[in-house]
Amino acid sequence: MNETPLWVQLANLVAAVLFILTLKGLSHPKTARRGVMLGALGAAIATFVVFFSGIPTDNLILILVAVLIGSAIGLYAARRVAMTQMPQMVALFNGVGGGAAALVSVIEFLENPESSAIILAATVFTVVVGSVSFSGSIVTFLKLQELITTRPVIIPLGKYVTILVAAATLAGAVWLVIAPATWLLVALLVLALIFGVLFVLPVGGADVPIVISLLNAFTGLSVAAGGYVLGNVLLIVAGTLVGASGTMLTRLMAEAMGRPLTGTLFGAFSATASGPAGAVDDRPVRTGTANDVAIMLGYASKVILVPGYGLAVAQAQGTLRELADTLTEKGIQVDYAIHPVAGRMPGHMNVLLAEANVPYEQLKEMDEINPEFGEADVALVVGANDVVNPAAKTDSTAPIYGMPILDVNAAKQVVFLKRSMRPGFAGIQNELLFDPKTTLLFGDAKDSLGGVVTSVKDL
Amino acid sequence: MSVITTAVLTAAEQESADYSQLALLTIFVLSVFLGFEVISKVSAILHTPLMSGANAIHGIVLVGAILVTANATHTLELVIGTLAIVLSAINLVGGFVVTDRMLEMFKSKPTDAKTEAGSDK
Repeated sequence: MNETPLWVQLANLVAAVLFILTLKGLSHPKTARRGVMLGALGAAIATFVVFFSGIPTDNLILILVAVLIGSAIGLYAARRVAMTQMPQMVALFNGVGGGAAALVSVIEFLENPESSAIILAATVFTVVVGSVSFSGSIVTFLKLQELITTRPVIIPLGKYVTILVAAATLAGAVWLVIAPATWLLVALLVLALIFGVLFVLPVGGADVPIVISLLNAFTGLSVAAGGYVLGNVLLIVAGTLVGASGTMLTRLMAEAMGRPLTGTLFGAFSATASGPAGAVDDRPVRTGTANDVAIMLGYASKVILVPGYGLAVAQAQGTLRELADTLTEKGIQVDYAIHPVAGRMPGHMNVLLAEANVPYEQLKEMDEINPEFGEADVALVVGANDVVNPAAKTDSTAPIYGMPILDVNAAKQVVFLKRSMRPGFAGIQNELLFDPKTTLLFGDAKDSLGGVVTSVKDL
Repeated sequence: MSVITTAVLTAAEQESADYSQLALLTIFVLSVFLGFEVISKVSAILHTPLMSGANAIHGIVLVGAILVTANATHTLELVIGTLAIVLSAINLVGGFVVTDRMLEMFKSKPTDAKTEAGSDK
């Protein structure tokens, strides 16, 4: 890389600084958008100047076409994706990034197989971690898209298979540094892909956001190691920044969700079959009509709305806001209780409600709203389940045990708007549904809410 | 760099190579600390956009993909390289666009001054 012109190296330095400013900007709501702009500018600069860094021009057309195709796909996917499907989109983008980093190191190895031990170690690291990130992210995507079950998948003897694959990968990695061979690198790549799948499969629905964040950090580290292999400072800085901040973010998320990080990380090594698996429950529940719910709400003095992912799926945020406005006009105090992981990821519900122009002041975070449930006449749960499930506090065998929940059961009356009795993303039954003070209104959230709004207006 | 094996490096060249390895290591270690510091305090609302933004940044592996593909000599290397370019460009472009779309939702809207109309409580 010594032939790289000085101005190109300086441009890379500018790009690196812009990436730092991106992360800094993204830490504060006011500067977040500007941060993203700076990051995109940095990426544009770095991609532009690489063509002037004295690279051979034989494959130039192919490279340009590939860049255009990839950019077009990325742009199209990012523009088209619905806000509700944002988390799996991020997982997918992360996966392809990890895959790319692994492939870059594979080529570098094919071109220069006889490198120093330290370069070989970095190569192996990039290939293994990048591949784990790739296959792991694909599995998280499939889980979030509900193409495969969201419950933890326990393979018989999976624990031992995982340990075996991990040990084989580690041994292969050491061997490759000692005796480099292409077949071994390919074998490692395949082993790492398998490990990524085994690593993510046992993770339950509630922990998926944490895993995405972790795999994001993995890809960052993989890119950094790839930068080391290529002797490219920009890749080292950018990759390491993402690796470190991603690790930090994973920890923050786990804390916000009250999940022990080790439980998530080593789920694959310690997974045991969990308790009653989705036992069909035919105990009686109390159902009501839209009119019943409207009467409860109309004669309340304090109502707390608990929006969940089901609300967003039904595109009913606007209707919920209409209900809140109608109740507010009647002099009823209305608040939204936002669980940190309402939706599918931390902050996801804030994005979804902001899309429906819900005033920011009415959104209350969990710690703020929980003491208020005791005074609430009605807690209206729309399309949420796991985040209000008391099993998180009472049942130590539940997959969500330990997750902080919204204390909906403290309210005088609880109303659930649900499509069916189907359990939530974590795949466990909610005892609160069978509580005598609970009323259920089945149906599409948008239709149900629409009916309730009409009835409230007629009161 | 690979053509010259460590054995044939002169003492000076060896020293220079060691020095540049050390420089890269220094950059790596400092970046780790910077990465921890830069986001040590961030509210839960921004967790998802921040993850997505960081996700976009590692798409810069595109630069690496372009470099190795430019230097590729065999068809296999070209094929893998092209694939790597496409994948990393998806990561880079898609990542920034999707993050911006998320944050667009947060932009301060003119609050339509909805004061509580009701009187009785």
